[in-house]
Amino acid sequence: MLEKALKGGPKYWSWIFFLLLIIGAGFVVYVNQLQEGLTVTGLSRDVSWGFYIAQFTYLVGLAASGVMIVLPYYFHHYKKFKGMVIMGEFMAIAAVVMCLGFIIVDIGQPQRMLNIIFHPTPNSILFWDMIVLNGYLLLNVVIGWTCLESERQRVKPPKWIRPLAYTSIVWAFSIHTVTAFLYAGLPGRHYWLTAILAARFLASAFCAGPAILLLVVFITRKVTAYDPGKAAINTLTKIITYAMLVNVFFFLLEVFTAFYSNIPGHTHSLAYLFVGSHGHTELVPWMWTATVFAFISLALLVPPKLRDNQKLLPWALILLVIATWIDKGLALLIGGLTPNPFNEITTYWPTGKELMISMMVYALGALTLTILYKIATDIKRDLGELVEPE
Amino acid sequence: MKQSRRNFLKFAGLSAAGLCLAPTAAALASGGGGHGKAHAVVNANSKHAKRWAMVIDTRKLNTDEAINALAEVCHHIHNVPTIPGKQDIKWLWEGTYSETFPNQTNNFPSEELEKRKFPLLCNHCETPSCVRVCPTKATFKRADGIVAMDYHRCIGCRYCMAACPFGARSFNFMDPRLHLDMEKINVKFPTRMRGVVEKCNFCVERLAVGEMPACVEKSSGAMTFGDLQDPDSNVRKVLRENFTIRRNPAAGTEPGVYYII
Repeated sequence: MLEKALKGGPKYWSWIFFLLLIIGAGFVVYVNQLQEGLTVTGLSRDVSWGFYIAQFTYLVGLAASGVMIVLPYYFHHYKKFKGMVIMGEFMAIAAVVMCLGFIIVDIGQPQRMLNIIFHPTPNSILFWDMIVLNGYLLLNVVIGWTCLESERQRVKPPKWIRPLAYTSIVWAFSIHTVTAFLYAGLPGRHYWLTAILAARFLASAFCAGPAILLLVVFITRKVTAYDPGKAAINTLTKIITYAMLVNVFFFLLEVFTAFYSNIPGHTHSLAYLFVGSHGHTELVPWMWTATVFAFISLALLVPPKLRDNQKLLPWALILLVIATWIDKGLALLIGGLTPNPFNEITTYWPTGKELMISMMVYALGALTLTILYKIATDIKRDLGELVEPE
Repeated sequence: MKQSRRNFLKFAGLSAAGLCLAPTAAALASGGGGHGKAHAVVNANSKHAKRWAMVIDTRKLNTDEAINALAEVCHHIHNVPTIPGKQDIKWLWEGTYSETFPNQTNNFPSEELEKRKFPLLCNHCETPSCVRVCPTKATFKRADGIVAMDYHRCIGCRYCMAACPFGARSFNFMDPRLHLDMEKINVKFPTRMRGVVEKCNFCVERLAVGEMPACVEKSSGAMTFGDLQDPDSNVRKVLRENFTIRRNPAAGTEPGVYYII
């Protein structure tokens, strides 16, 4: 089926070339990071994790999001999602590729990376995160590829795919739960030390992930005439809306616990993020942007009339994605490590090099996604499932 | 033909097995006294404890100068570079009372306490969260309670830095040798490479040859180092006679460094 990715129009090839260009440019900067070390980043003794790990955390949510389609399809026989299942699975593959990419660019000695396997350490959550992420990648590759192949051959998917699909549904929850455990189990980091962190991660994943998926599907619809169907879009939008409501609710629970209890450790990070502390207000405008965007997106998603407006929907989704990205792709990491154990503020901001390398990983994900979506839509066209644009 | 191939395979298999066994056989034949046997040479004077711990008398040791003098000795013998900016490496450094005990601050502290500086270092915890999170066992707790680092095992994921509630760990963001005077380094202790985490090691390399940790030696009695499990040890004696506190007990890591206030 891979040969489908080798045939395409000039638009397809210029997009591929553009992505390769970004990957190439980012790789040059990555080689520089390999030579100089992580000193090229804005990281420090106090804020020892930053943009890379934050992107990894955010993208785990994107990987887990496919389950919001796969679960209704397999568990509730919601047939209207049939056309989208493969899109969700392929999105998960691209997202996990980016997750792994961000971990690789973040570690100080990448050539020793396999030490995690050579010296397996079950007491480390990172070990389990490696297991669940790679397992999820494998599951989605096998399930997605087999289902698409049998669709192409116009035969039913083999029977053994069903238990695998059920496993992948449960597994999707595990990848974000385990990633939350990376943070939630650390003493002295109050912003992360909360029992609902995994629940918050899942809530934000199940709104942000399908939102990105839907936006990508809209683009795909524009360029390939692939259409998931109005019913599928409406149902997925409802799922996004409920998940975002839960996400905001969970965040407000954190705010209540911190400020009603008034325990200093619990309030510090939130205060630093939303009003600044010790004269440091770097993240304040970002946090309020996220807050405002979150509420506008909800205002556009909750009333059914606005939600079903296909013109408005992409904008509501974009606002939602920006809001959740600021919360999880930026503030979660910086807020968790600030203030430091000495109750001091060390500011962190990603450097240009850090952003270039991040662009490389994002472009790598986009390339993976493009190739997989190209294959999927071409096969759907061969099957006559697409309406050719006149 | 068939017969000869089978014979050949038998011969090849036996030969391969023989080659594999030969070194073992040779080693057995040498009776253990021969050369080339790898076993650790233990210094007869090496210091031992069931659980190493440190007590710092901050009534005696509380000024910038005094603590910096200790840091200088420590950093010199361990080839710890001084890097300007926030990517510095620190094994031993100083902090104010509120930095040292952020959860036990007082709104009206005594003037004297406000002026005091406190030596900060790895606490060599009983249940170290850095060891719990390390995915490669590069940081591990020894039987004598010292939390040690294997710089060759560390992949530089910095999970331990996020986990340490004391900010005691440093990461080599850049090549540390760039900030070391290579003419004056201590050749008995390794320098590190970039991309690995490091921290105070309670001077395990000095204990192994029967010496006390460098800061303890230099502190002229303000620091006591000994076996916490031995009721007759010097640290237990000091702990019995003085009021001490430990940093951030709420984190539940059971630090091995005690402060006399």
